[in-house]
Amino acid sequence: MAVDPQLQSELEKRGVFVMPVEFLYNWSRKSSIWPMQFGLACCAIEMIAAAAARYDIARFGAEVFRASPRQADLMIVAGTVTKKMAPLVVRLYNQMPEPKYVIAMGACAISGGPFKEGYNVLKGIDRYIPVDIHIPGCPPRPEALLHGLMALQEKISGQRLTDARWYDKNAPAELPVPQYGPHDLEPPYHPDVWKPPKP
Amino acid sequence: MIPTVEQIRELLSAGGAKSALLVDREELVAVANFLKTDPQLRFDFCSCVTAVDYLQQGYIEVVYHLYSVALKHGPLALKVRAPRALEQCRVPSLTLVWRGCEFQEREAYDLFGVKFDGHPDLRRILMWDEFVDHPMRKDYVPPMDYEWEPTPHGETLARAKAQGGYVPASAREAGK
Repeated sequence: MAVDPQLQSELEKRGVFVMPVEFLYNWSRKSSIWPMQFGLACCAIEMIAAAAARYDIARFGAEVFRASPRQADLMIVAGTVTKKMAPLVVRLYNQMPEPKYVIAMGACAISGGPFKEGYNVLKGIDRYIPVDIHIPGCPPRPEALLHGLMALQEKISGQRLTDARWYDKNAPAELPVPQYGPHDLEPPYHPDVWKPPKP
Repeated sequence: MIPTVEQIRELLSAGGAKSALLVDREELVAVANFLKTDPQLRFDFCSCVTAVDYLQQGYIEVVYHLYSVALKHGPLALKVRAPRALEQCRVPSLTLVWRGCEFQEREAYDLFGVKFDGHPDLRRILMWDEFVDHPMRKDYVPPMDYEWEPTPHGETLARAKAQGGYVPASAREAGK
């Protein structure tokens, strides 16, 4: 901010606040992150606990779980993503309005977890959609989810309007939905979103 | 041939894994009907349908677990064998005898490729419809998607080597 601190404090005493639009915009967004109301496995139980009275996710302005992706800002992928379910998760992500964020909650959503070697479980949802926050744990405790939410708030407050990916004209409006193939999902991952790590 | 009530009683008293009745495919429905309707047996509840793949012996065994709720006895395992080859891997369906078999026979079809003749709605139940494999068969090969790991071991290490991926120093020395 290019305002003299002394002048600013003088202005604030008179009820005038000087700040960049970005600050106000990010502050209001990070204080009202509405998650989508869906769960895939046991991590969802911890997510419910985080929303209930003891942990009370409402303290962070994120208590309004929306049953429709059209009204949600945040997708908490809470649980095991089977290959049969993965195209539906990607489609739900596509239906969310921008700006949108994704939290991968738990070992399964991050990497497949204990089912990584199986034939029917996706080895991490970040193969198909961009993930902002990974929360490890099996399942993570509600405190861990709250910590992930706070990390996301920090990330949002550091975002710039000029380089956020959804203000890029050339960015694709939606991600391709994987198809059910004869042996596996096709493609097995989206190269734009994820690449196999180099040894 | 259809067993006698005494034979079934003997199997039940043996208990546990020994109480298994192996029947031919052609006789399966007749035996099932006998077990269900005989007034001294009355196996009115089929709790489990599953299959076992015997790769070496070349057959797949379908297992039904039967109980009698009315007479409080069971379980009796009813077993039937079919060749492993997909075209010949057929057994008659028992859905019309015990209605609860429907979804479990669909599961056995989905994961083992056993076709149940006479089943009212034989579709995949767990995997998607476009899937062609039967993943619980012992010769099933999962899709190739090796991913780099800091400490690969076992099969993953073999796949990593095959793909020219990362191999830890200890494994490299052990391989020499």
